[in-house]
Amino acid sequence: MLIGRVVGNLVATQKNEKLEGAKLLLVQPLDLQGDPRGVTILAIDGADAGVGDRVLLIQDGRSAQLVLGKGAAAVDAAVIGVIDEVEIHA
Amino acid sequence: MLLAKVIGTVVASRKDPGLQGVTMLLIQPLANDHKPQGKALVALDSVGAGVTEEVFYVRGREAAYPFMPREVPADATIVGIVDEWTA
Repeated sequence: MLIGRVVGNLVATQKNEKLEGAKLLLVQPLDLQGDPRGVTILAIDGADAGVGDRVLLIQDGRSAQLVLGKGAAAVDAAVIGVIDEVEIHA
Repeated sequence: MLLAKVIGTVVASRKDPGLQGVTMLLIQPLANDHKPQGKALVALDSVGAGVTEEVFYVRGREAAYPFMPREVPADATIVGIVDEWTA
């Protein structure tokens, strides 16, 4: 999983039927310093997250399908937690 | 499987129900000379690993297997604590 920041919501009227009703979030992955790293990723919301939240982003098809709860579906990323705290000891 | 060092902890109260009670650790992948290589990530813990320990972890679909029959969303899971390695 990666740590990311929710930077936006996305709405698409025309989409795969399995995605009907799913909340889609734009998530910017962060590095250990909290700076942006890599491209923004579009993910299913499984943690009632909102813009500005620091979240756990999972990039695995099976896990994203589990979060979506509609069986086999064309999804590959999900937000699965809103982070309270990260403690770094290195 | 890949080598990493546990460098921190992550706490999230609001999360997928499958993750309740599962420890999440921040890990830094290591090269075989014990030096950091690549970017840090968050992994689930299935072996009781702690901060500063060297561990190995699996990625992908297999990351959920240690928690079966529970259905846990997982893409990286620590599956062993390293005593030592030579390379």
